[in-house]
Amino acid sequence: MACGEDKEQDPRIQGIAASIRVVPDFPKKGIMFQDITTLLLDPKAFKNTVDLFVERYSGKNISVVAGIEARGFIFGPPIALAIGAKFVPLRKPRKLPGEVISEKYVLEYGTDCLEMHVGAIQPCDRALVVDDLVATGGTLRAAMNLLERAGAEVVECACVIELPELKGRERLNGKPLYVLMESR
Amino acid sequence: MASEGGEDPRLPRIASTIRVIPDFPKPGIMFQDITTLLLDHEAFRHTIDMFVERYRDKRITVVAGIEARGFIFGPPIALAIGCKFVPMRKPKKLPGEVISEEYSLEYGTDIMEMHVGAVQPGDRALVIDDLIATGGTLAAAIRLLERVGAEVVECACVIELPELQGYQRLGGKPLFVLVKAA
Repeated sequence: MACGEDKEQDPRIQGIAASIRVVPDFPKKGIMFQDITTLLLDPKAFKNTVDLFVERYSGKNISVVAGIEARGFIFGPPIALAIGAKFVPLRKPRKLPGEVISEKYVLEYGTDCLEMHVGAIQPCDRALVVDDLVATGGTLRAAMNLLERAGAEVVECACVIELPELKGRERLNGKPLYVLMESR
Repeated sequence: MASEGGEDPRLPRIASTIRVIPDFPKPGIMFQDITTLLLDHEAFRHTIDMFVERYRDKRITVVAGIEARGFIFGPPIALAIGCKFVPMRKPKKLPGEVISEEYSLEYGTDIMEMHVGAVQPGDRALVIDDLIATGGTLAAAIRLLERVGAEVVECACVIELPELQGYQRLGGKPLFVLVKAA
């Protein structure tokens, strides 16, 4: 269900949800992995997914779509192209050449780091953060921090899937989260 | 830098948005950075349009994009031509059953993986990456697709480093690029 805003679910969402494959015990035992690669094999489902985001964000003056490596690179660029925004990749350490800013974030065990190019974002930018899925919200939070440190306003975070039990929504510092579906 | 494809008026703009970073990832390498192209909405749109115009009537059924920058260019092309997108990934990223192909790096080897069942015999495939250097990565992608019975129609990249002659390592498959980096 999309964000809980309308009680009526958009008719395209059922087909999108049906195209997502659940792979048990990946990357480790007990985790039911939400695999969007099967969605990408269904051109209609993929197009509907992008269209739902584009319809929501067109006309909201979004100037930048920030996609989180790597699956955010699949969904972010089509949205950016359709709404006339720039696309900024947020990457694992040492992938981006040139000058970067880094933001550390917590994993289940240990920490990781997300990087963004210096100069990609200006203080007047209005940003959308895109990833395939939100779990604990740690990665999205790191992405938001990077964008805000560069002076952008984060308008919303957008994902295809939410795992609501992990309460990622509460870790976004009050920023809204929009998802197409929840998975329990 | 010189442009392929003759006189298309969009090419100078595309080429001009690509930033060269010296000594990345190590001294002596002039890194072709496409992130600045992605910051120029019109240049990014032109890039995708040029690929779509070339492939829309070639009965392509699958676009295979190489992790990670192939994930940026491949999906918009797949969406525009109405075909599947298949991510070709580093090891242990894809869940479920995969097939793997080893390929050579300057020092050592790496592995590329593709999902079992994503591509069928008879699929007509386009392989996408941002850049071709030695051609090793593209060659691994071609081998994976051919192992499952697909026909690789062409490889397409934004940038070629012609001195490295990567086009010779594609098993005879054609290569299309927008920009040749001197």
